[in-house]
Amino acid sequence: MDIFVQQIINGLVLGSVYALVALGYTMVYGILELINFAHGEVTMIGAMVSLTVISTLVGVGIDLPGVVIVLLGLLAAIPVCMGVGFTIERLAYRPLRNAPRLAPLITAIGVSIVLQNIAMLIWGRQYISFPPILPQGRHQILGATITDVQIAILLISVVLMFGLTLLVKKSRLGRAMRATAQSPQIAGLMGVNANTVISLTFILGSALAAVAGVMVSAYYGLAHYYMGFLLGLKAFSAAVLGGIGNLTGAVLGGLLLGVIESLGAGYIGGLTGGVLGSNYQDVFAFFILILVLMFRPSGLLGERVGERA
Amino acid sequence: LERVLKSTLVNGLLAAIMATLVLGACGKHDGAAKEGDVIKIGSVSPLTGPQAHLGKDNENGARLAVDEINAAGLVIGGKKMHIDLISEDDQADPKIATTVAQKLVDNGVVGVIGHLNSGATIPASTIYHNAGIPQISPSATAIAYTAQGYSTAFRVMTNDEQQGHVLGQYAVDKLGDKKIAIIDDRTAYGQGLADEFAKAAKAAGAEVVAREYTTDRSTDFMAILTSIKAKSPDLVFFGGMDPQAGPLTKQLKQLGIKAQVLGGDGMQTPEYIKLAGADAEGEIASNPGLTLDSMPGGKAFKDKFTARFGQIQNYAPYAYDAVYVLVDAMKRANSTDPAKYLPALKTTDYQGVTGHIRFDQKGDVTGGAVTLYQVKNGAWQPLETVQSK
Repeated sequence: MDIFVQQIINGLVLGSVYALVALGYTMVYGILELINFAHGEVTMIGAMVSLTVISTLVGVGIDLPGVVIVLLGLLAAIPVCMGVGFTIERLAYRPLRNAPRLAPLITAIGVSIVLQNIAMLIWGRQYISFPPILPQGRHQILGATITDVQIAILLISVVLMFGLTLLVKKSRLGRAMRATAQSPQIAGLMGVNANTVISLTFILGSALAAVAGVMVSAYYGLAHYYMGFLLGLKAFSAAVLGGIGNLTGAVLGGLLLGVIESLGAGYIGGLTGGVLGSNYQDVFAFFILILVLMFRPSGLLGERVGERA
Repeated sequence: LERVLKSTLVNGLLAAIMATLVLGACGKHDGAAKEGDVIKIGSVSPLTGPQAHLGKDNENGARLAVDEINAAGLVIGGKKMHIDLISEDDQADPKIATTVAQKLVDNGVVGVIGHLNSGATIPASTIYHNAGIPQISPSATAIAYTAQGYSTAFRVMTNDEQQGHVLGQYAVDKLGDKKIAIIDDRTAYGQGLADEFAKAAKAAGAEVVAREYTTDRSTDFMAILTSIKAKSPDLVFFGGMDPQAGPLTKQLKQLGIKAQVLGGDGMQTPEYIKLAGADAEGEIASNPGLTLDSMPGGKAFKDKFTARFGQIQNYAPYAYDAVYVLVDAMKRANSTDPAKYLPALKTTDYQGVTGHIRFDQKGDVTGGAVTLYQVKNGAWQPLETVQSK
């Protein structure tokens, strides 16, 4: 039983990180019907920038609590990522707004490769380790262990997801975003500046990615210029699983994917009598994804939307 | 619309192909030959991706040797020669490894130093063999590499059979651990080492209570470690590289598993200690060969290398030796023709930085020691060196 609880905790922590990144994919898709493949790299840049700040602060021997140092790192990462997100949209997607759909998809992949290589040039090929400055407390819940960092990740994710939902549902900007998602032209006629809304969407998604990046590097204790790729792929899958374009769907998809991966890796060996081992962890997760898409092609919470005219 | 789409697509594709061709054409050459004839030698390792730090280290080792040889002046067959090191990136990916291998062959290299990973080395070795080009891997340790019967495949590092054997016996006989959990990264190297370890540990009387798997790109091991925790092992063996071994050790401690972590050469790196931090303390890993300080030319190599490239990651001395072994064979054969110097390579008897290098029938380095290291006060300290058969 305690092992089961532990696997669920593992899955929820992993899943909430997926969910935060998935939100960025789904927001952009909701408005532009564009899959921003560079989003995983924005997460990586968030992790890298914050780690640089954190390492520098620790290096000069500043006398602040670990949590404050990490927060300072995060505060540096968020504006940088916002800038990166804004620039990506401005340079790589806006000029192609009216081009065939494949074109921005290809530039998205291109931007992702460019960002990876820029990060490699700036931060090198080495893994960058996260200084051990955060509280290392461990707590017991139903026989399972949960650490301070894990609790923080869960709490921060929940708060951010809730905040984002509130923003989209209640605020003026949120209404403009929803209007632009329905039809940029009509929204424009109603006085919504579509370009501003789209820029803000990218900036918002990138800020979430920065937080996710800092959390991932704090959790696993490392950052690397390549880390955004797999994370981005998983988060994208989570967004598709939940129904891309749907905010609640992205959260649900992220959490589900995390839990499925954990349970898959933990139990697949025992359930199949050792025929399939934990090496089938990803196969298992993607099998569920395919299964869901077979019966609900637009994802768990996705709405069936007709092709845009 | 369809036609427009098609033509933009075609144009886009054409542009992409042209761009690749142009980029490919101006690859990473060492600059044009200064004087005399050029010997093209390939160096392949992952220069991007999670193992880029190890790959760059190998390339640097080879480059140091090439620059030294060029500076000293090389005369073969009465002609002054200049070595041109052509470095390629295989991303530690078996598929890309064969592509770059073919590229090197087409480029006219007469010898190859590489690849780094066994999983990449093995498929590439077929291409070098078919082209008759000798290949020396500085770091591929999987048994399968030299077991294919290729006359062109060599390595300057002890293989996994020897290393896994030493590790398995050490775990059971010296550490006294009887309940063992094994994790590997499903690469030719990780899996091969883990299999050899399991064989030796079982033979020595241990019980393998869990066998789990991950990949060489993962950073999350909570799920497999949780199921390992349920089996409460005395020791967790990891067959894989440092990017995984570091976080794995951290997460193991985080889950409160009180087991010794043991690994092979992929884990015995400074990077591992950086990544696992304080959690690395007390963990043990092996590395084929002697310690760098007890290698015959280890000290001098370390000074030269660190002055130019910074800290040695792991296999650089082996890549350095591999270049010298290749050039030594060319000198003895008095030819840079692969067909002519290959027989000379087989009879290599060379005193390198890493030890005395001779090859057996299969192309494996003979003798070969395995050294065990433990992390003490944040650094790898040698425990003991075991001479394998």
